[in-house]
Amino acid sequence: MSKRVKVYSTSACPYCAMVKAFLKEKNILFEDVDVGTNPEAVKEMIEKSGQMGVPVIDIEGKIILGFNKEAISRELGI
Amino acid sequence: MYDLIIIGAGPAGITASVYAARKRINFLIITRDIGGQAALSYDIKNYVGYQFITGPALAQKFREHLEQFNVEAKEGESVTSISKEGDIVKVKTDKGEYTAKTAIIASGRVPRKLGVEGEKEFKNRGVTYCATCDGPLFADKEVAVIGGGNSALDAVLQLIKIAKKIYLINIGPKLRADPIMVEKAKNSEKVVIYNSTKVEEINGDTFVKGIKISREGKEENLAVEGIFIEIGSTPSSDFIKNIEKNEIGEIVVNCLCETSIPGIFAAGDVTNVYAKQIIVACGEGAKAALASFEYISKIK
Repeated sequence: MSKRVKVYSTSACPYCAMVKAFLKEKNILFEDVDVGTNPEAVKEMIEKSGQMGVPVIDIEGKIILGFNKEAISRELGI
Repeated sequence: MYDLIIIGAGPAGITASVYAARKRINFLIITRDIGGQAALSYDIKNYVGYQFITGPALAQKFREHLEQFNVEAKEGESVTSISKEGDIVKVKTDKGEYTAKTAIIASGRVPRKLGVEGEKEFKNRGVTYCATCDGPLFADKEVAVIGGGNSALDAVLQLIKIAKKIYLINIGPKLRADPIMVEKAKNSEKVVIYNSTKVEEINGDTFVKGIKISREGKEENLAVEGIFIEIGSTPSSDFIKNIEKNEIGEIVVNCLCETSIPGIFAAGDVTNVYAKQIIVACGEGAKAALASFEYISKIK
């Protein structure tokens, strides 16, 4: 059973693009949440992560900030 | 032991790697990320061969080019020191230690810090160094942009479409950015420009609530929720202790990309080379790889 992955991002953010490219490369399905167009999602992201920088990656409740390839890989077991 | 260690994988480091791979040098790349500052550029219009490409797209192209070769890379690793002991270059990182006959330092630059109280504490809690990334989070909010050059004005122009009000806080008497950008900012009712103004402190609770500035001999507090610091960059050379640097921390190189230590080369924006441009950094990376190849051939 694959883990539920959510990526909070903005449209022009380079590190967000890197996270998404990395997940796609590894064939990981994820929900892409554009916080730039969704104020509710901004609140949700701040609540979960306690901060305002993107990207934020939520893997089954485990929050990873930025493009931390190692932490993402570890959490996904890839 | 490797023949070569390349530190950094921005334009200089990637180009050096491509050249090193084609020369069949036994080498290792150690880098925090692929693309460096180039990956953070919003649009690139002066890299020949592409009339227009975004930073992330160019970084992806770099990665693909590198992946053509069987290259060993330690990604997400930070170098903490580099030294030469006898004929061996030692590179220490936050995760290990590596040795080689030569090294190329292509560690690039990082955003310059303001150095005021609250800056560190509120990083990613309202303080950001990437308007392109975090700007959209400040929809209908009051924000401040610190700086007076093109990157600051670029942030202002992006934020006009998003924020409610933008204070542009410039320490100099006049904005240094291109006039076309300054005019656009001045034409927006949302933008308030404060020249000759110093930032004293960033304040808030969990998140930024305001910024204390001093202008015309008086201190005042502006209520803002976002602070975009765009005051240029500094070379990522703090980990380098015994190699000659200039007064602003750039590694001094000659036209062969040689540093003050034989066998240690440097390339791109971390050096004192003229013009901090992607295409220049690429050229410097190529030169450094070829020079290190020659160096390795001689000592073999």
